[in-house]
Amino acid sequence: MNEEALPEEQSIGAAFKQGTIAGVPICLGYMPIAIAYGVLASQSGLTIFETTMMSVLVFAGAAQFMAANMFAQGALFLQIVVATFVLNFRHFIMSMSLMNQFKHYSLPWKFGLSLGLTDETFAVSALHKKQAKKENSMFFYLALILIAYLSWVFGSLAGALLGEVVPSQLSDSMGIALYAMFIGLLVPSVKKEWRLGLIAILAMILNYFFSRKVGLDTGWAIVLATIFGSLAAIPLMKEEAIE
Amino acid sequence: MTMLTIVGMAIVTMVPRFIPAFIMDRIALKPWLNKWLNAIPFAALGALIFPGVMTVIESDPWIGIVGGLVAAAIALLNLNVIFSVIGAIVAVYLLTM
Repeated sequence: MNEEALPEEQSIGAAFKQGTIAGVPICLGYMPIAIAYGVLASQSGLTIFETTMMSVLVFAGAAQFMAANMFAQGALFLQIVVATFVLNFRHFIMSMSLMNQFKHYSLPWKFGLSLGLTDETFAVSALHKKQAKKENSMFFYLALILIAYLSWVFGSLAGALLGEVVPSQLSDSMGIALYAMFIGLLVPSVKKEWRLGLIAILAMILNYFFSRKVGLDTGWAIVLATIFGSLAAIPLMKEEAIE
Repeated sequence: MTMLTIVGMAIVTMVPRFIPAFIMDRIALKPWLNKWLNAIPFAALGALIFPGVMTVIESDPWIGIVGGLVAAAIALLNLNVIFSVIGAIVAVYLLTM
């Protein structure tokens, strides 16, 4: 880290605009999934207000789908809350990595940005690492999170209002969107540094093993696969090779 | 009761997200720790992609895998992520026709 170098100049407006552009793929990936969540949640007996408020307050796709299913099955408060914790604990590991990237920001900024961390905002933010060294870069990450958040909230509301109008073949096909985004983010880094591909493949194998063979909950399987997969970087990577 | 459950979900989701904002600058960053933290995004992406991608169409895991390969092929051409997303949706749509 080159602390003494002056940060590259960047206006707040330019940072915000760049962040919005970087957030467009997340928006595109979230929309169909948010609509599908809205439809499912209202079919599970949640009101339009409850369906939308869950997106406003929780902002975590997989957990919201799970909760909607559990509400439909008549699950109790504690069961849903504990299951949500288990599923979302992976964000703790991701936040450790992201807050290391943001360590020169003030605490209010770090706190605020951490609340907007999802799998998708984390992945895009972490892969725009150079941005963090520019002036006013917090507005880049703020814009990226805001556009993702707004598409999630309004998509959920749209789904709750529309109900079952999206043809199922189209909504099924849309299920690939977020996976395609993760792949589209991973491949360029692997092209530059093959060792990163090795780390990702190791995490895939570990996640398969923990979830399909050991039979762990999806949440714990992803947490363990991420921790152990990334530990391989310690012997594998050269210092500062990951940029 | 539903709103109370939603608030409970919000709290247990928020706390793990923000705790690192308070603790990360107190951890003296050894080089090995930095290497580990920098590699987390790539391990997380791997774990998020697989085996989840096989569940896109529950009845046929191969459709998700083919969709993922289409996304990877488009990304190899140095095109924006949006094209990977659109290409994969089209591929899965055609395969489920």
